[in-house]
Amino acid sequence: MTSRNTRRNAVNNVMLALCGLCAFLTVSTLFFTLGYLVYNGGKSVSIDFFTKLPLSPGELGGGMANAILGSAEVVVLATLIGLPIGFFAGIHLAEFGGKTFSLIVRYTADLLNGVPSIVIGIVAWTIIVVPMHHFSALAGGIALSLMLIPITARSTEQFLLEVPRAMREGALALGANKWRAIATVIVPAARKGIMTGMILGIARISGETAPLLFTSFNNQYWSTGLSEPTATLPAMIYFRAISPYDDWHQQAWAAGLVLLALVLLANIAARMVISRGVSLPK
Amino acid sequence: MSTSRTAPSQPHTQMSPTSTESSSTAQATTPKMRASNVNFYYGSFKALHDVSLSFEANKVTALIGPSGCGKSTFLRNLNRINETLRDTRIEGEITLDGENILDKDVTEIRRRIGMVFQRPNPFPKSIFENIVYGPKINGMLKKTSAAEIVEKSLRRAALWDEVKDKLHESAYAISGGQQQRLCIARALAVDPEVLLLDEPCSALDPIATAKIEDLLVGLKQQCTIVIVTHNMQQAARVADTTGFFLLGKLIEHDKTDVIFKNPAKRETEDYITGRFG
Amino acid sequence: MRPFEEDFKLLNDTLQEMGSLVAHSVHKSVFSLIDRNEDYAHQVLRDESRIDQMEVQIDDLAASLIVREQPVARDMRFVVVAIKINTDLERMGDLAVNVVERTLGMMGQPPLPEMVDFREIANLVESMVLGSLDAFVKRDAQIARGVLTSDDAVDKCRNAIQHQVMNLMQRDPSTIPRAVDHLIIARSLERIADHATNVAEDVIFLVQGIDVRHQATGEAA
Repeated sequence: MTSRNTRRNAVNNVMLALCGLCAFLTVSTLFFTLGYLVYNGGKSVSIDFFTKLPLSPGELGGGMANAILGSAEVVVLATLIGLPIGFFAGIHLAEFGGKTFSLIVRYTADLLNGVPSIVIGIVAWTIIVVPMHHFSALAGGIALSLMLIPITARSTEQFLLEVPRAMREGALALGANKWRAIATVIVPAARKGIMTGMILGIARISGETAPLLFTSFNNQYWSTGLSEPTATLPAMIYFRAISPYDDWHQQAWAAGLVLLALVLLANIAARMVISRGVSLPK
Repeated sequence: MSTSRTAPSQPHTQMSPTSTESSSTAQATTPKMRASNVNFYYGSFKALHDVSLSFEANKVTALIGPSGCGKSTFLRNLNRINETLRDTRIEGEITLDGENILDKDVTEIRRRIGMVFQRPNPFPKSIFENIVYGPKINGMLKKTSAAEIVEKSLRRAALWDEVKDKLHESAYAISGGQQQRLCIARALAVDPEVLLLDEPCSALDPIATAKIEDLLVGLKQQCTIVIVTHNMQQAARVADTTGFFLLGKLIEHDKTDVIFKNPAKRETEDYITGRFG
Repeated sequence: MRPFEEDFKLLNDTLQEMGSLVAHSVHKSVFSLIDRNEDYAHQVLRDESRIDQMEVQIDDLAASLIVREQPVARDMRFVVVAIKINTDLERMGDLAVNVVERTLGMMGQPPLPEMVDFREIANLVESMVLGSLDAFVKRDAQIARGVLTSDDAVDKCRNAIQHQVMNLMQRDPSTIPRAVDHLIIARSLERIADHATNVAEDVIFLVQGIDVRHQATGEAA
C-alpha cells in the first residue's frame, strides 16, 4: 500500500470514528434524559395520578386528573380550529399558489412557525384573555391553534406538491374541474403524508407550555366549561416544579412522563399511518 | 395560470409556403379535428409556429419529430391541458366537428377528447374506481351501470381477461404495461370521440408495446386517434397519416406510406433516415 | 461518417464494382464476337465466377442492412434497388458468357455465306449497359430515361438479324447449325439490353420514387 493510501485510510477511520462518537453522545444524552424522567416519574405515577384532583400544599397524595382532561380539552379545541384552516390554506398554497399572494402567505407561515411560543401566548392573552377578564380553555385552544395552523399548512402543502403532475393532469384530462380533481384525486393521493403531518403537529402543540401560562393558566379543580381557567399537564408541570414541595416535584416528574408517553403514542400512530394503506408509485 | 387567447388572425391564403396542410386526397370529408394557424407560447418562448393540421375521423395520425420539436406541445393543446401550466398563450383556432374548442367549456371538451400520458398514471384507487372516475364526474352513471362501463372499457383496452378477478385491488398491483392499458380503459370509459396518446409506449417493454399497438388499430373504428411517438417504426406500423414536426413547425403531413417511402421534404427524409443533426 | 452510413457505402461500392466487372464482360463478349478475339472470350469465362461471388455478397450485405437499420425512404429504396440490380447484373454476366460460348463455337467453323453484322446491335447494347450503370453511379434519372429510349432500337436490330438469318436458313439448310448460333447470340444481346432497361427503371425508382415499369417509354412522367 502506498503512503497516500495509508494516509487516506487513516483519515477515513478517524472521521468515521468521530461521527460514531458524536452519534453516541447524542443518543446517550437522550437516553440519560429519558432514563432520568422514567426513573423519577415512574416512582410517582399511580392510579391516583389519573383519577384524583390535586390537593393543597402540605397534603400528600392526589393526582392530576383535571390536568389530563384540561389538556385534552385545549388540544381538541386547537385541533378543531387550527386543522381545517391549516389544511385548506395548505391546499390553496399547493394548488393555486405561484404568484405574489402565496409567496407572502408561505413566508408568513414560516415566520409564525419560528415565533417563540411565549410571544404567541402574549398575543392570545392580549386579544382574548384581557377582553374576557379571565383565563380560559378557549384562550388556550386558540393560542395553540395559532401554532398549529402554520405547521399544518406547510406540511399539507408539501405533501400535495409531491403528488406528480401527471396525476393531476390525468384527472383533469377526464373532464374534472380543478376543485374536483383536488378533492377526489390529489388530496387522497397525499392523504398519508397529510395525516402524518397533522398527527405530528398535534403532538407538538400538546406539549407547549408558554402559551398556556398566559391563556388557560391553571386550576386546582375541575373546570366547568371552556371559559374558566383550566389545568393542563404542561402548566401543572411548571407550577409543581417551581414549588418548594418535594411531593409536588414528584408529581411534576410524573406529569412529564405521562406527557412524553402521549407524544410517543402520537409518533407511533403516525408511523402506523405511513406503513399502512396505499403507497404512491415511484 | 390560465391560458390567454387571441382571436384567430385573418384566414390564410391557400398554398402559403410557410404552413402545410395535408394533401388534397385526404380532405374529401370534413375532418374530425382541425388546427388552423396555431401559435403557442410558453411565456415569451414561441413553441409552435403557425401550425395547421387536420385529423380525419376514424384514422390514426402519428406525430413524429426530434425532442423539443413541439409535437407534444401541439398534442396537449388539442385537449387544452396546456392551460394548467403557468403563463401560456395560444393563437389560432382548433375545431372539433367544426366548432372551436377554445371557446367551449373545457371540461366538456376534455370528456370528448381523451388523453393517455407517457407514463402510466393510475389514481391511487382500485382498478374499478379508476375506470368509473370519469363517468362518475361526468354524470354518465345514470344511464349505464358502473359494472357495465368497467367491463366494456376493459374489454376495449384488451385488459378485461387479465384483471377481471381483481377489479377491487389497487391499480398499482398490476404491471406497467397493464397500468397503461388501464389508463387507456379509463380514458375510453367516458366514450371520447378523439383519443390523444403522448408517447404511450415509451416506458413499456416490446411485448406490452405490441399489445397497445394492436389495440389502437382496433380502436380507430370508434374514435379518431392522434399519437405522438419517438419510435418511427411504430408510426409506420399503426398510423394512417404521419406529421413531421421540427422546431415548432409542421414540416410535412401525408399518408404514412408516402412519408416513409418517398417524403417530399428533405428535412423529413433526413430525420427518418437518421441523418438528422 | 456514422457507422450505418458506412454500411450503405459498402453496399454501394460493392454494387458499383460488380457493375464495372459486368460492363467489361459485356464489352469483351461483343468484341470477341465482332473482332473474333479469342483472348477476350476466355477472359469473360474466367471473370464469371467472380461475378457470381459478388452476387451472393451483395444479397448478404442487403439483408444485413435491412435487419440492422430497418431503412426507410431513400435508404429503403436503395436497398430494394440494390437487390434488383444485383440480379440483373448477374444475368447480364451469364448472357455475356452465352455470347462468348457461342462465339467460340462459331470460330471453329467456316463463316456463313452471308455476313451477319452484329456491330450495330453490339454497340447499342454496350452503350445501354454503360448508360444504366452510369445513371446508377451518378444517381441521374435523366441518363436512365435515355437508356429506356434505346430499347426499341435494339429490338429492331435483333428482328432484322433474325429475319436475315431465317432467310439464309430457308435458302440453304446446311447452314442451320451455324445460323442457330447467330440467332442465340442475337437473342442474348437483346436480353442484355432488357436487363439494362431494368437497371435504368430501378435507378428512376431510387432517385425519384416513381415506378416506371411496364409503361411505354415515351410517357415516363
